[in-house]
Amino acid sequence: MVEQAENTQQALSSPLGPPVPERTGDGGAVITFTDKGLYCPAGNFYIDPWKPVDKAVITHAHSDHAKFGSRYYLCHHLTKPLLQARLGNNNYESIGWNEIVYINGVKVSLHPAGHIIGSSQIRVEYNNEVWVVSGDYKTEDDGISGAFEPIKCNVFITESTFGLPIYNWLPQQTIYNNICNWVTGNTQQNQASILIAYSLGKAQRLLKAVEPLQQKIWVHGAIYNMHQAIVSTGVQLPEVTYITPATPKEDLKGALIIAPPGAQGSTWMKKFLPYEVGVCSGWMQVRGNVRRSNVDAGFALSDHADWKGLLTAVKATGAEKVYVTHGFQSAFSRYLNDNGIWSAEVKTEYGTEEEEAPEIPTTEGDL
Amino acid sequence: MDYDTINGMIEQVKNIEQVLSPPLGDGGTKQAPSSPLGPPVPERTGDGGTAGFSLFSSLVTFLGTSTKTTDKLNALADYFVHAGDADKVWVIALFSGRRPKRMINSSLLPLWCIEITGLPAWLFEESYHTVGDLAETIALLLPPQIKVPGAERSLSYYMAQFAIFEKQDEAVKHAFITQAWQHMGKDERFVFNKLLTGGFRIGVSQKLMVNALAKSVNISPSVIAHRISGNWDPSTISFIELLSEHAHTVDVSKPYPFYLAYALEEDVSALGEPHEWQAEWKWDGIRGQIIQRNNELFIWSRGEELMTGKFPEYDILQGLLPEGTVVDGEIISIAKANNAWGFAPMPFAFLQTRIGRKNVTKKQLQEAPVGFIAYDLLEFNYEDWRPRPLTERRAKLEEIYAQVNQSVFRLSPVIQYNTWDELIELRRQSRDLFAEGLMLKRKSSEYQVGRKVGDWWKWKIDPFTIDAVMIYAQKGHGRRSNLYTDYTFAVRDGDKLVSFAKAYSGLTDKEFAQVDNFVKRNSIEKFGPVRTVKPELVFEIAFEGIAASSRHKSGVALRFPRISRWRTDKKTDEINTLDDLKKMLQLYGNKT
Repeated sequence: MVEQAENTQQALSSPLGPPVPERTGDGGAVITFTDKGLYCPAGNFYIDPWKPVDKAVITHAHSDHAKFGSRYYLCHHLTKPLLQARLGNNNYESIGWNEIVYINGVKVSLHPAGHIIGSSQIRVEYNNEVWVVSGDYKTEDDGISGAFEPIKCNVFITESTFGLPIYNWLPQQTIYNNICNWVTGNTQQNQASILIAYSLGKAQRLLKAVEPLQQKIWVHGAIYNMHQAIVSTGVQLPEVTYITPATPKEDLKGALIIAPPGAQGSTWMKKFLPYEVGVCSGWMQVRGNVRRSNVDAGFALSDHADWKGLLTAVKATGAEKVYVTHGFQSAFSRYLNDNGIWSAEVKTEYGTEEEEAPEIPTTEGDL
Repeated sequence: MDYDTINGMIEQVKNIEQVLSPPLGDGGTKQAPSSPLGPPVPERTGDGGTAGFSLFSSLVTFLGTSTKTTDKLNALADYFVHAGDADKVWVIALFSGRRPKRMINSSLLPLWCIEITGLPAWLFEESYHTVGDLAETIALLLPPQIKVPGAERSLSYYMAQFAIFEKQDEAVKHAFITQAWQHMGKDERFVFNKLLTGGFRIGVSQKLMVNALAKSVNISPSVIAHRISGNWDPSTISFIELLSEHAHTVDVSKPYPFYLAYALEEDVSALGEPHEWQAEWKWDGIRGQIIQRNNELFIWSRGEELMTGKFPEYDILQGLLPEGTVVDGEIISIAKANNAWGFAPMPFAFLQTRIGRKNVTKKQLQEAPVGFIAYDLLEFNYEDWRPRPLTERRAKLEEIYAQVNQSVFRLSPVIQYNTWDELIELRRQSRDLFAEGLMLKRKSSEYQVGRKVGDWWKWKIDPFTIDAVMIYAQKGHGRRSNLYTDYTFAVRDGDKLVSFAKAYSGLTDKEFAQVDNFVKRNSIEKFGPVRTVKPELVFEIAFEGIAASSRHKSGVALRFPRISRWRTDKKTDEINTLDDLKKMLQLYGNKT
């Protein structure tokens, strides 16, 4: 922690200097939309840029939000080790939730987004105007990611991954029960249960889901690596066992296994025969996606807000203006406008990986 | 359907509502769902209690997502053990292609869903385009289930109710359906809506269902296949009657299950000695059986649809065919011709004008006369001839043919050849004869049930192909929901691009994902669900036939167009032209 504090001191030294007294005179937006990402001109920093920049504030460690190549990253304490694991050593800075920092006179703070471990909304205040960038979020508390906290603001920039009314999640406990029942059924027929989940976020949530089964949990290397990175931050997670090439086949008979999407259908899975595969993703809400993924079961368990969650979150911010990014932005934005909330859609490059893209497996599956 | 229409219809429905029906949820939950429909239908005995419909919807859900055939077989067999008899009869009917017709105008269901949820019509449409299935969209949008003990009904109960309310007015249907929705979970609603809209299709072959049924009642699959074929009404027949060995003597129209061929993929010489095989042309019509029994003539199509009334040309055969005869062959448009056969088949486009119509006009009879090309004999003198060898059946068929001596009843010519090379050469003439290729049948073979490897092969000719550019894309349905997988293609006409075909199949999942990505990044305009796309991606389109069409901008209509491959090596200026299509039309088209 000492080291971290020193780092903070060093990197923020210039931003923490006297606040810039006057604005550049554009009288305009606190955050603008550029071809590199969301940009704060007054503070001269980017939020989740998809191209390398000088100064990046990161909402969470998923690869479409945290890209390689920037010279400086500011994120939540719990996000930092994940970025280190994914992007290697860079100039990282981390702060806690509700902790205020100034970047070139612009007031910046992070607030829990409930999406994955460390995921944060970014509050940016300048000239008495408050903007909040949601990053990815979910409104249901999963007990791991921190409970989503609505932030009052003038302008809210929200995701819309599941921004259609067809996406209404069941209470997570119901889904957890369904998953446990499925696993139990497989075990009774001497079949292994392979749960497909993104290595960062969903996999950890599943550990909680299957805890009542009190079964040994085997994991793929990609998930094991993430697990180690998270545990290193002091976060408590149920124990997992890494499946190595040396793991005897007999040990895996009827086992409970968590693997990333990339592992699905690979030769790596042969070791567990006979098995059933279940995919855990919000996309499983629609039958067509379950059928397309060619698995035995689909569980609509998502780390994103569903339709009602998005609407609740937007209303809770009290924002006059809502920009809608990645997902069903045109539909969600139109719906807000129809209901008296000024809204516009914004094109970003998020949503090309992790849960936002049902089709593209993450490369980490090859690990 | 556009938004204005939906909105207009909502208004209409609301008005009807106010006059005729109490508002939703107005003390209605405890009312038996049957009450708006007058006297409730008595539930038949052995209905499997009250859990019938959820048992059925769980089965459908499981079959829809299960990836292993053995799992599906076990689930079905398990269902046949646990379900009530009346429900089982319906499952046999539904899984053997006896789909009920649409019970309700499918534009009403969205209206009622919109009314219940209070969502704007455009958002319903948007959701529908993402889900790709109307029944499922509604199931997902409706508010959570209200569980009421005892509210659950059986499959046969709902099917009976549907049949009753078909003739009732809209308000009655509205009350029944919206109330039923309330008490159902997502999966039940989905299956319920599917049954209502007539779009009920399960990813399970009839063969698998037959095998599962065979397993549970301990009768051999081929016997079951025959017993459940033909004309029976799932709403009146009992499970015992349906599977009884005496049942089929009562139904004189009962056809035999068709024997289906596999495509020949390997070299023809792998089949062994040429003289062991009988070769015929593969005709491009509809497979059918002509049945003459007890002074009555019946025509069945391969889809097990009784089509007797559709082809008055066949009436003359009644009385000419010996009693107790079943002939397998092709229903096809034919013209008289001065060739060795005395007839010439006409392209499928002619026959198409005859199917799907209830009444045939004189003009159609003249323009698209239909004949029957016979190629097998399944029953003679009321005796099942299927176990006899093909040569014996064929010899008897030729006798019958000579006896009948009517121009509408033709014999499928046997192709004379000595070596496989000769046959390969002859196959090249297929297109000129309006045949799809060849059929090869082992001379010693029995007539089997369903698709079996070994004795019958279809050896089709290569399809027509044309290189075209994608210009429009739309999201797909079913397992392609929320992916741009339905494309419209264009050929060049001078500087312009002219659309000529739509295709949905032929790419791998990975290729679809890549094209989907391209569409999302390169769409120019959005017209409802359709996106216009930068004309850059070139595909080879394969199709089976071509006909003139005044309905299409290009002036041609294609038969079975599909993507044969993605020509990443070609640019837009290298695609085929409208003239190329017109030349094909001239050579092989519907010459009217």
